[in-house]
Amino acid sequence: MDYNFHWRPVFKSLPDLLESALLTLEVAILSMILGILFGLALSLIRIKMTGPLKWFAVSWIELARNTPALLQLFFFGFGLGAFGIHFSPFLIVLLGLTFNNSGYLAENFRGGFNSIPETQIRASLSLGMNSFQTYTRIIIPQVLRVVYHPMTNQMVWAVLMSSLGMLVGFRELSGETQFFASKTYRIFEYFAATAIIYYVIVKIILGLSRLMASRLFKY
Amino acid sequence: MESASTYFSGFNINDLLYLGEAALRTLWISFWAISIGSFIGIFLGLALSISRVIAYTLGAVLDVFRSVPLIIQLVLFFNFAPIIGLRLNPFEAGLIVLIVYTSAYVANVARGGIEAVGDPMRRAARSLGMTYWQDLRYVVWPIGLRAVFPAWVGVALGVLKDSALVSILGYIELLKASQILMTRTQEAILILSIAGAFYFALSYPISYYATRLEQRWSE
Repeated sequence: MDYNFHWRPVFKSLPDLLESALLTLEVAILSMILGILFGLALSLIRIKMTGPLKWFAVSWIELARNTPALLQLFFFGFGLGAFGIHFSPFLIVLLGLTFNNSGYLAENFRGGFNSIPETQIRASLSLGMNSFQTYTRIIIPQVLRVVYHPMTNQMVWAVLMSSLGMLVGFRELSGETQFFASKTYRIFEYFAATAIIYYVIVKIILGLSRLMASRLFKY
Repeated sequence: MESASTYFSGFNINDLLYLGEAALRTLWISFWAISIGSFIGIFLGLALSISRVIAYTLGAVLDVFRSVPLIIQLVLFFNFAPIIGLRLNPFEAGLIVLIVYTSAYVANVARGGIEAVGDPMRRAARSLGMTYWQDLRYVVWPIGLRAVFPAWVGVALGVLKDSALVSILGYIELLKASQILMTRTQEAILILSIAGAFYFALSYPISYYATRLEQRWSE
């Protein structure tokens, strides 16, 4: 083994890497929030509606789940150029991840909604609740319990998938790493450091989610 | 004076064959990654379920592969292999990373399957005079498989889609091939749609069949 490891450049650019890690988190969190909103809408459309709207929701969900996330990013990045639509790298990653998250979350939500028996809705309606109250007080708290764990997983996935931003020119954690790696030719060292940063981010997310779960699901 | 059209030529039937060939390569690398990775993963899952000490140590190691983006793992390994004197082509490097990645996920799935069977059932099997391996083969395997088969299909389809990332090492699978064609023909949306259709055609039938099978088993 005649390779000398040089860690100094990595330590020098550590502040930059950590700053770009914030960008990774930012895009992951935003795509999760949007993904939850779209996913909720898609799952409700898929359960309740028929016709073209359902067809639209089903094709969104199945396309998001059955094609690679990178292909989806390329589609937003390069494909839409055919219509003269050009997004910034940040938007490409955000839209790509949102598209992907929505599809997966919609299926999780559908499983959650299906796990609540129809009789509960009827029971709460006959207790005099209106449908808004039924949803916010009876259905959603129970659905949340079922989908909480898959949602946490999806959040982790969003962070991991955001690394694909590197391939569409977005300088989040991976993109920044690649930038420094090609500047200094210390590819292994830089990517090793980045792997550790990702690991720590994922562990923090899982820890926070466990903490939140213990607060949320006391009943 | 040459016009731009000299450099670019349109999409033709040969390109479709080229994409089809690349799709086969995607299938090839994912087939080996899923088969070998699942085989190793099942034994790792068995090891995880045997003792608490192994579960903590081995579990922590496997956890790393699930907490670091695959793309980082690929770059890291591809650049690490020459350091320790391994000469690997992109296919071999990509396959090794995908196998480790798959086995880390399958280990968790397999462990879930073994735990789903439960100790009383296994003790009963042993009391009937079955050996350890007979218990595994005729009691744990059939029951556990039913419990986690959908999760395993999910992992396998995930690997099929994640194999797209091997393109960054230069292995010409479906996504890399479509990138090459996009550069030549400048028809991004057409080629990405075809590549997406290929992925969908590979992934959707399996996921559909697995859902049907799951429904039939749960009846």
